[in-house]
Amino acid sequence: MNIVVCVKQVPEPTGTNRIDPKSLRILREGVDSVLDPADEFSIEAALQIQEANPGTNVVVVSMGPDRALEAIRRGLAMGANKGVLVSDANLAGSDALTTAKVLAAAIKRENPDLVLCATESSDAYTGMVPGGIAHHLGLPLLSYAKKLTLAGGKVQIERQTEAGFQRVEAQLPAVVTVTGSINTPRYPALKGIMQAKKKPVDQLTAADLGFSPEQVGEKGAKEKVLGWAPAEQRKAGTVIKDDGTAATQIADFLAQLKVI
Amino acid sequence: MNTTDPQAAKRGRDEINLQLNETEREIMQVIRDFARNEVKPRAAEIDATAKFPEDLVKKMGELGLMGLPLPEEYGGLGQSYILFALMIEELCAACATTGLVPDVNISLGAEPILMFGTEEQKQRWLPQMCSGEKLGALAITEPGAGSDAAGIKTTAVRDGDEYVINGSKVFITLGGVAETYVTSTVTNPELKDKHRHMTDFVVEKGTPGLSFGQPMHKMGITGSPTVEVFYDNVRVPVSHRLGEEGDGFKITMDTLDAGRIGVAAQAVGIARSALEDCLEYATQRKQFGSAITSFEGIQFMLADMATAIDAARLLTLRAAYLHNQGLPCARESSMAKLFAGDTAMKVTTDALQIFGGYGYIKEYPAERHMRDAKITQIYEGTQQIQRLVIARDLLKKLRA
Repeated sequence: MNIVVCVKQVPEPTGTNRIDPKSLRILREGVDSVLDPADEFSIEAALQIQEANPGTNVVVVSMGPDRALEAIRRGLAMGANKGVLVSDANLAGSDALTTAKVLAAAIKRENPDLVLCATESSDAYTGMVPGGIAHHLGLPLLSYAKKLTLAGGKVQIERQTEAGFQRVEAQLPAVVTVTGSINTPRYPALKGIMQAKKKPVDQLTAADLGFSPEQVGEKGAKEKVLGWAPAEQRKAGTVIKDDGTAATQIADFLAQLKVI
Repeated sequence: MNTTDPQAAKRGRDEINLQLNETEREIMQVIRDFARNEVKPRAAEIDATAKFPEDLVKKMGELGLMGLPLPEEYGGLGQSYILFALMIEELCAACATTGLVPDVNISLGAEPILMFGTEEQKQRWLPQMCSGEKLGALAITEPGAGSDAAGIKTTAVRDGDEYVINGSKVFITLGGVAETYVTSTVTNPELKDKHRHMTDFVVEKGTPGLSFGQPMHKMGITGSPTVEVFYDNVRVPVSHRLGEEGDGFKITMDTLDAGRIGVAAQAVGIARSALEDCLEYATQRKQFGSAITSFEGIQFMLADMATAIDAARLLTLRAAYLHNQGLPCARESSMAKLFAGDTAMKVTTDALQIFGGYGYIKEYPAERHMRDAKITQIYEGTQQIQRLVIARDLLKKLRA
């Protein structure tokens, strides 16, 4: 069985993204970059399947600058077998649809039974890439999995909803997006870090995947970012002075928020 | 393992390379994440309950931390002693008890076997220590023999293919939880040369006649058991002897020479943690209408703390570098342990002072750091013994 996990290197998510005012792209130079923490859940899900089904091949695929290799290495250190990095100056400025198209072409080469993605990346947040990949590969997409099981050539998930969950299944091959509640990602064992250097990583260009420079990157983008703005500052809280009704007021407030 | 080439030793002192490669940096990143996310949140609870953090030790074993610098053929990762020192610092910055476990396991449990054991002994005991499944400990100190290690009274008498050990040890770190005890004994009491009368044995838990006292109530590093160990006609086969009869004193001293690097790293970690907590507190604490960090009196204290910590760290890493090169490091590891231990005590005391009244209550971490720091001035050779080691080495050089 072949599992492909899509990963992305993102600026350290505890910091605030800095934006290049001219290109309106996220500045990636001079910032600490890490494997998107959201991707660790998909890698962990793949590795758990691998542990239960010996012989399973886990491939981590990423599109990004050369340094995105570090994110792939982290996946290999956790236990994935192989990496694929699509890296090409022509790809800079690609929009979500182009990214999905290019990733789908790279994933197809791996002949996957299952493609795992995070629900969205922690930096750009479009959440469109997994759907795009499923479209280009002609595969079903099971989204927001908080649980994933494989049996009889099918994948079944519990899809997280606000009220509870839905149980959904699809015939393999399929694309699944996983949420942060699906598992607790492992730390890479130090031996895994040492071995990761020896694992194979295919480095591909857009041309290798059959795309011309016009079809990808900024030129091929159909979506244009117009601007960025920081989130609104959180407003000061309400102070309730206890005149004997404070408990009721707090309960009403929480009920309004639907937390109780 | 140590080279005696004086030129190489001199080069080792003049030229230190502390550069980490890419793999080492990635390893440190994982250790840092683990220490910050898994260990640090547990430190206060481990201290308060004085409970051995078995689950964290298991996790450290799975990650590969328990045998980091030990050779790969015995289940270790073959990484450098520089990385080992950085790991112990990082873990002890999170929790001094937890960081102590791999330090003792590697420096005191495994190193004497690695340095002086036969191939068979290494194959038998090192892999279980590297995986963290069964820990190693060192049993030298006795009620009447601390700094005077050669003054031990525990005896081992040859009886056919076995030795019979009788006596008792005290202050044995990880006593009771560890599986193997490298035990110093006297085999040749008639010898005038008190440095040739000792022999070391690996004694396994479960051997008839071996028993442990209750964990002692300690001031700091409360989660690691420190116990008395009793040997009542404990029989061990000759194959458990490290080296030859009479090698015991050398084995003990060589083990402690390198072992002090770990204690120094622990002290650096405790001091660093105290400073980090202190910085966080001081930037928030307001008096006379401004953060107390705006006062020069506080700023100067913080500057002195940071400078001493960096100096201690560099001494520690230099000793680790020398040890890694296989060069003699007795003087340098003693200097590192002496300075780092004193730094930890001074920095944690000053940090508590900056915390003021809040530092004195247990809800804040300042008093724990201070209690944890004290032991680094005492164990694996008191500060006074470190000065002896350093001075003797200096004077030996002058005579030469």
